[in-house]
Amino acid sequence: MNKIVASIRIAFRALKVNRMRSALTMLGIIIGVAAVIAMVGVGAGATARIQDQIQSIGSNLIIVLPGSISSNGVRLGSGAVASLTQDDAKAIAAECPSVALTAPTVRGGVQVVYGNNNWATTVQGVTPDYMTIRDYTMLSGQFFTTQDVDAAAKMAVLGETVAQNLFGDSDPTGQVVIVKNVPFTVAGVLTPKGQSPTGQDQDDVILLPISTATQKVLGANKANAQAVSQLMVQAISPEAMDQAIQEMEELLRERHRILPGLEDDFTIRNLTEVFAAQETSAQVMSILLGAIASVSLIVGGIGIMNIMLVSVTERTREIGLRQAVGAKTRDILMQFLVEAVTLSLLGGIVGIVVGLTASMLISYFANWSTLVSPLSILLAFVFSALVGVFFGYYPARKAAFLDPIEALRYE
Amino acid sequence: MASVIEIKNLVKDYRLGEVPVHVLKNISFEIERGDFVSIMGPSGSGKSTLMNILGCLDKPTSGAYMLDGISVGNLDRDQLAEIRNKKIGFVFQQFNLLARTSAAENVELPLMYTDTPARDRHERAQKALLEVGLAGREEHQPSQLSGGQQQRVAIARSLVNDPSIILADEPTGALDSRIGIEIMAIFQKLNREQGITMIVVTHDPDIAAYSNRSIHFKDGRLQLDERLAQPRDARKDLEALPAEEPEEIVPS
Repeated sequence: MNKIVASIRIAFRALKVNRMRSALTMLGIIIGVAAVIAMVGVGAGATARIQDQIQSIGSNLIIVLPGSISSNGVRLGSGAVASLTQDDAKAIAAECPSVALTAPTVRGGVQVVYGNNNWATTVQGVTPDYMTIRDYTMLSGQFFTTQDVDAAAKMAVLGETVAQNLFGDSDPTGQVVIVKNVPFTVAGVLTPKGQSPTGQDQDDVILLPISTATQKVLGANKANAQAVSQLMVQAISPEAMDQAIQEMEELLRERHRILPGLEDDFTIRNLTEVFAAQETSAQVMSILLGAIASVSLIVGGIGIMNIMLVSVTERTREIGLRQAVGAKTRDILMQFLVEAVTLSLLGGIVGIVVGLTASMLISYFANWSTLVSPLSILLAFVFSALVGVFFGYYPARKAAFLDPIEALRYE
Repeated sequence: MASVIEIKNLVKDYRLGEVPVHVLKNISFEIERGDFVSIMGPSGSGKSTLMNILGCLDKPTSGAYMLDGISVGNLDRDQLAEIRNKKIGFVFQQFNLLARTSAAENVELPLMYTDTPARDRHERAQKALLEVGLAGREEHQPSQLSGGQQQRVAIARSLVNDPSIILADEPTGALDSRIGIEIMAIFQKLNREQGITMIVVTHDPDIAAYSNRSIHFKDGRLQLDERLAQPRDARKDLEALPAEEPEEIVPS
């Protein structure tokens, strides 16, 4: 302990002798560490943003779409046949133990009118469970209830974008909007969710009770009045997703009387899985950025090795003297290793500060979200120490194994 | 008196390319504890090589070397470093002080490679500096000291570990003659008052005249080993010299 403290003091003194040289050597490490911190920050920021977006569509989400079927050799596209019904939704909720909630939806494009303003948007006919599944909250007003759905009440909940375009900044709650010549009372406005992972505006929507939507706005499907555009299903936990999919598949095949060997007339999509791929790609980008930045750290390390080699040559006589008065191989090795690590750690600390500042500037001026985690700071710190040990070892070893006689005679 | 150094049939060969060079050819001698020995010889006589072997910086090709009862011949690098640390004090022609390092810290250097606690190190360094007449200059750096003072710091450094022998390699070579005699006076004082065994390598007969015993080398062989009946007294010689203005001290 005593010796280590002494070594650190000697190291600081030796570094102070050549201030400019030490500072320039450190600069290599500073730039390297700062680059790693800032780049990993940018990458982590992007990942976090995607995670937020995934969170915004709802958790543990599975989507069931009416499927393509073949009829007399003609294949019809997904959704062409009204194979999925509100009864299916109720059955899934009742009979699949891994499913927490289901929300059948019907959708279509409509023009919404309020006074002189009108706005083209998507109408979704939903049930109150939809709000839970999609993780919506209300900015103002109330969501409609199951009773409203049963009664086919003429109530509407607006997305923020729709509310803005029709009402500006005033509160639309209680006002009346016209959709397809039917007056709807605005029950409330949804808290904005922003963009979906696929880039759609999730707030450009008007929600109606599913019953009202089919009967008054979109018109019932001629083949099946109970048909829905899609079913949103929430599994009870992330781990239960696969189980839920399997249960639904069995139940729906049974309900739709599909014989073994024939294709499903529905499609089940695990949304989380789809977006997890995006998240992975963002993480890969983050790692890639970090790797490129690490190269500059390694270049900084080579700078340290270079300067330490010069330093060992310059101080050959000092090394000889220390050996003569009793320094062992290990003592000399430690002295120069401590010096290299001091250099790289000081550079690392300054680099962390510079990197933090840089990532703040990036998020301020470029408007990118950056995220510097304490772990990445710790990692940068440890990594710069390792760079010191790794690149300091060769020069230190060279010093430690000098021949004392020649070292003492060195001019 | 017991011998502090015993050398028997010592041989040292160097290999220059294919041709072996015999630097030391079968040398045997002993040095008694508390003696003051000068080693003399022209350059190429092998005295530097002998000095390196005596100082445990180099190993003999063959033959035995016992230092303070320890056979030094077969020790490895780190064991030799420990022997140097505990048994030997070095004084060099070029002082070899660490630049930008205070006199006290220079003197403490050998103790840095032992387990001596900081407080003891400071005390012993202080005592050693007092011994060589440099009390009050503990915080001076080598650049603020004259040549003679620097060599005194080096002597204090060689003393601080209570060594069995002090090896001085041309200790007065870089100093003018008056300062050289001052250095020899310090050596004589340490030898007489503390009984430290002194070995001084020199080519200058005037310096050798202050030792009790003079060993002459030529062509790698011991040529002459004489005990001086009447060694000169450096202190008396200094008093006899015409008074000179006091050594200039560079202010700190």
